[in-house]
Amino acid sequence: MTSTLQVNPIVCDGHGACAELLPELIELDEWGYPIVDPQPIPPELARQARRAAAACPVLALKLAPKLSR
Amino acid sequence: MTSAATRPVPAAGGAARPASGLPRLLPPGLEDLGAHLARHGRAPHVTSDFIATVEAAGLTGRGGAAFPTHRKLAIVAEQRGPVKLVVANAAESEPASRKDETLLSRAPHLVLDGLQLAAEAVGASQVYLYLHRATRTKAGVQAAIAERRAAGIDHREVLIAEAPPRFLAGQETALVNRIQGGSALPSFGFPRVTERGIGGAPTLVQNAETLAHLALIARYGPGWFRAVGTEHEPGTMLTTIHVLGSHPQVTELPIGVPLGAILDPASTSAVLIGGYHGTWLPMKHVLTLDNATLNPQGAALGAGVIAALPHGYCGLAEAARVVRYLAAESAGQCGPCLNGLPRMAAAMAELAGPRPRPQTIDNIARWATVIPGRGACHHPDGTVRFVRSALETFAAELASHRNNQCTGTASQPFLPVPDTRTMPTTEKEWL
Amino acid sequence: MTGSTAFWYASRATGVVALLLLTAVFVLGILVNRQGRLPGLPGFAVTNLHRNISLLATTFVVVHVLTAVLDTYVHIPLMSAVIPFTSGYERLWLGLGAISVDLMLAIIVTSLVRGRLNAALWRTIHLTAYASWPVAFVHSVYASKDLQHGPLLYLALVCAAFIGAAVAYRLVSAARQVPRAARVAKLVSDQPAKGLVEQGRIVGGPVTRGPKR
Repeated sequence: MTSTLQVNPIVCDGHGACAELLPELIELDEWGYPIVDPQPIPPELARQARRAAAACPVLALKLAPKLSR
Repeated sequence: MTSAATRPVPAAGGAARPASGLPRLLPPGLEDLGAHLARHGRAPHVTSDFIATVEAAGLTGRGGAAFPTHRKLAIVAEQRGPVKLVVANAAESEPASRKDETLLSRAPHLVLDGLQLAAEAVGASQVYLYLHRATRTKAGVQAAIAERRAAGIDHREVLIAEAPPRFLAGQETALVNRIQGGSALPSFGFPRVTERGIGGAPTLVQNAETLAHLALIARYGPGWFRAVGTEHEPGTMLTTIHVLGSHPQVTELPIGVPLGAILDPASTSAVLIGGYHGTWLPMKHVLTLDNATLNPQGAALGAGVIAALPHGYCGLAEAARVVRYLAAESAGQCGPCLNGLPRMAAAMAELAGPRPRPQTIDNIARWATVIPGRGACHHPDGTVRFVRSALETFAAELASHRNNQCTGTASQPFLPVPDTRTMPTTEKEWL
Repeated sequence: MTGSTAFWYASRATGVVALLLLTAVFVLGILVNRQGRLPGLPGFAVTNLHRNISLLATTFVVVHVLTAVLDTYVHIPLMSAVIPFTSGYERLWLGLGAISVDLMLAIIVTSLVRGRLNAALWRTIHLTAYASWPVAFVHSVYASKDLQHGPLLYLALVCAAFIGAAVAYRLVSAARQVPRAARVAKLVSDQPAKGLVEQGRIVGGPVTRGPKR
């Protein structure tokens, strides 16, 4: 099962912890909000991705099965 | 009993409709219940079989997204649960569009028929009509509902729900939030309102015009509906046409009509198609009004707005005013939209003025790639589409501005944009 | 001294450490909420410190409670650690300790299952930390006389000062924060607009008007 990273943009407050822990897939825009790679998470990054999601102070980042918007 | 008639059927009490007679939706003036019944007769009762009829007709949503209506009906019909709802979305938040307001003030019974038909087709027990609080059409709609109640036509009582004067008020999740008593702010995530909407129940939200088309399809059949329009986009659509020198005109047009038939190419420098989330195109690029020809150019019919920018009007100034309005109407819930749209608006204002700096142009290009797709709703996406198309279409004008020249000589604005000197600042203004 | 006094001293010592740790947790919590940073540490570290120290503090509180119960010098039933005002010894002050523990447990448990919880509920319970710390503080000062003189008194005052400063900072920050509904208007108005467009008229700056030559 592949997962993708999904940010709830309303809950997200731009803390930036996710980008610190998963720079391979998440970078911050000029206002501190995450730009998330929409591709499925590579298996070798799965653990880091879960850690990044857990580190979010507001739980805005989730690992979701691949869904369209 | 299916309503899958394939030829015009004289409805009880009404005249047989000519196959390609227009207008279909709009009567010349206000049509009360009596006149409505004389023109169309009573709407038939339908079951979920009606969904197949709608599929045969090929109707797509007239609210802007052009989603196949039968698919939306089917999704809601499939949902299980004791309660389902249908909402007629008449909150015409688009400042340049007048079609829903016109439809509702002249042919409210078509919309109300469609509302009941949709409810029957999906098994909904509750129906709402959602419209802007300050609109003039509310009294007329209430009168129409009262007429129907007196005549015993509707099986479900129509509740009127009021929307604040916000651009986002008509967005599907904002509508649900408003009807539930909260602010008309969009929500994020799944499931969609068709599965979990008002009060957690499956909710069908349809644009008022779409429902009006349903009311006609139920009577005259898919074949009649397909008699005009194109093969993949059949039927008519209501458009709001802006040309210099007259008030915005709401006109019912067959989809696929050549633009040259409704606008004068000689006096038009560029056309805005769709609305304020739509696309600017040079006049000569717009051949016919249908998504099949418009989509490859990055445009879409959208809310049916067609604005013909006259010569002598600065497209960048017009665009800048609109973008400032769009920025002011952000819900302010998502970082990229909250931060990006005001900055883009300021940058557009600079481009509309003398000697815009190259870094400003670079900034807009960067924001146009970074902002879309990162909000809870499509407001930032639509705004960026509008901006990008303006920069492409008015590239020559931009070059002039960089040389401290502007081709615009007009002293009055062309596009109707609400005054942004008073922007919403309190939570109450979203209720 | 009897053998039980080892438990008694352990309870008092772990109590002091728990107070220190809970003070740190509280301040860190406000830092997380305000997106503050600790010098030299990445942003996610603030969140992790807050969470980890809270678990460490909980451990110390548990030991603090258990050693107090196990100590036979005074009789403190285990239940009175979570049911307030049911201990024979120092009913009031220990009762406050129980209240604080109850709130703390609710905060910890809801945070462990936060993903499955309604966000508003999680937040409401988390906010009871503002009550839990002061209650724990009063318990600390009056349940024994340890914090009422000497170096431990100064420690207690320093903790209170940190909490006071953190709360004051939080309140000021909240008062300054632009509410959502006004945020957009502020940003739109704040933007410098060269050639500001008002109602279609371009204001300011020379522009040569007319068709391109």
